[in-house]
Amino acid sequence: MWDYTDKVREHFLNPKNVGEVENPDGIGEVGSIACGDALKLTFRLGEDKTITEAKFKTFGCASAIASSSALTEMIIGKTLEEAEKISNENIAEFLGGLPKEKIHCSVMGQEALEKAIAYYRGEPEKVLEGEIICHCFNVTDVDIQRAVKEKGLKTLEDVTGYLKAGGGCGNCHEEISNIIKASQGISIMEPKKPAAGLTNLQKIRKIEETLEVEIKPALIRDGGNIELVDVDGNRVLVRLQGACATCPRSRITLKDHVEARLRNLVAHDLVVEEA
Amino acid sequence: MTPVYLDNNATTRVADEVIEAMLPYFTELYGNPSSMHTFGGQVAQKIQTARQQVASLLGAASSDEILFTSCGTESDAAAVHAALRAFPERKHLITSTVEHPAIKALFEKLAKEGFRITTIPVDTRGRLNMDLLEKSLDEDTAIVSMMWANNETGTLFPVEAIGKLCREKGILFHTDAVQAVGKIPMDLKTMPIDLLSLSGHKLHAPKGVGALYIRKGTPFTPYIVGGHQEHGRRAGTENVASIIGLGRACLMAEEKMAEENTRVRAMRDRLEKELLSRIPKCFVNGDLDARLPNTCSISFEYIEGEAILLMMNQYGICASSGSACTSGSLEPSHVLRAMGVPHTAAHGTIRFSLSIYNTEAEMDTVIEKLPPIVKRLRDMSPFWSDS
Repeated sequence: MWDYTDKVREHFLNPKNVGEVENPDGIGEVGSIACGDALKLTFRLGEDKTITEAKFKTFGCASAIASSSALTEMIIGKTLEEAEKISNENIAEFLGGLPKEKIHCSVMGQEALEKAIAYYRGEPEKVLEGEIICHCFNVTDVDIQRAVKEKGLKTLEDVTGYLKAGGGCGNCHEEISNIIKASQGISIMEPKKPAAGLTNLQKIRKIEETLEVEIKPALIRDGGNIELVDVDGNRVLVRLQGACATCPRSRITLKDHVEARLRNLVAHDLVVEEA
Repeated sequence: MTPVYLDNNATTRVADEVIEAMLPYFTELYGNPSSMHTFGGQVAQKIQTARQQVASLLGAASSDEILFTSCGTESDAAAVHAALRAFPERKHLITSTVEHPAIKALFEKLAKEGFRITTIPVDTRGRLNMDLLEKSLDEDTAIVSMMWANNETGTLFPVEAIGKLCREKGILFHTDAVQAVGKIPMDLKTMPIDLLSLSGHKLHAPKGVGALYIRKGTPFTPYIVGGHQEHGRRAGTENVASIIGLGRACLMAEEKMAEENTRVRAMRDRLEKELLSRIPKCFVNGDLDARLPNTCSISFEYIEGEAILLMMNQYGICASSGSACTSGSLEPSHVLRAMGVPHTAAHGTIRFSLSIYNTEAEMDTVIEKLPPIVKRLRDMSPFWSDS
């Protein structure tokens, strides 16, 4: 049996706001019966544009029902601008935590809320981005990359707990693990021994090759890229591009990923700097 | 609150008689059965009695055909690996789509190691496709491993017919009979079964002890090597008290099998009938004509199993959703999927598995408490509509 908090149990056994709001302003439906959980969230706004009524209908486990109940409690009384700031972590915190295998239940709550707000605003439905990796739960590579990056997921189990991806037949486990590794800047190729005694030309070629094969693919997956500008002795001058150029963590990318990989695969004394 | 324990296919209560039989082997009779003195010898003698008791329950020709192991999973692994060593040139293995993870995972691993695996499907009632099995047997087949009774639905496979097909082709037949042993009569003397696995904790013996039946003449190479225990077929100091407990449990199972097949079956049938009549949109899974007497798998459409289990737990009712071994999975059980149970129902499947310790009053509790739970969860479900 899962180790649920008292608050999860309370919201599961005595859920608040079960049902559907009549003439709702917002409707958000996520999940499916095939996936094992689904949530329909409806809300109505008052004259002051705060959410005055919110109800849910959930098909799913205890934590799915508790997360839905918690979500309705959290959004009532809030403006849409306030409500849309509610993350899945907030839902989990409200419940005193969820087992990591059940985090996807709170993610479902956050997604239903996003959809309901988008419905109210008349925004178009998001289309599925990327290639489907987990066919059991319809999860794409873009979803996995985003979750890994934004939520700091480190293992296959983390991804399954968060997105359900990999929780079915298991055929996608290797692909998910590769996405995690690539997002962490870890090459999925066998590491090569650092080359010793390279001439300048050999060193430059090796740096170019390593950037192309080992480093660029991971950055491109995250919407960024990198360009080699010059090699001056042991200094490697590069230019970050796309999302990497504007990312506040670009220095970490440069040092912990690019420099570390080049040191490991080309020469241990290389220093990577932005041109 | 006294629990209403209806999860006996996961594990059973250790019988009082079994505990009583085991206790001296923790205290005054603690000798090592391999020792060459009287103190150890009397323990060895008692293990031999247990071996005879297990053989008797199975209807085996000789107690020498019984090898004690640590559990059903080890018995399965030992049986399959023995076949692979006996026929090293054969690279084809056959199993079914509804096996317990002990066999399913083992065969998946062997597939990765290069073995060709044929997995025979079942129909919507969980019945094996015998035509396909017959067509799949070939000269390259090392072993056919099929469960006797399904742990989730209780459906019985026609092991006699399967064994006959295998014997005609000179192929070893192993059956994982963990759920069947002690619940239905067996006479291995006359049945074409070469290897059979059983587990103690499914029949009121402790956890951590099992046995493998190896028909006399079946080639067998030890899976665990070391000392000369178990006639050189499994090294390692015997789990003495548990083995003695298993023997006593087998004796008890022989005595109680009639009760299992009459009183327990009647209780199960009443529970099933009452739930089906009180709850709309639910159905029983499995082969109703060939099923274990204690098992009932019911799918409640449009709701989810864990939620049902936790609400039942409020009243002390303990059951299982699908298989206890796969309860951490996000997918409905592979057994239900293999049977084609629709998603609308597969997620909401509950397994009730009874034992001789259950009572009619306990069935009344479930019959009273479950219908409102199902209604409550359905009222919360976006897929449920009364109409």
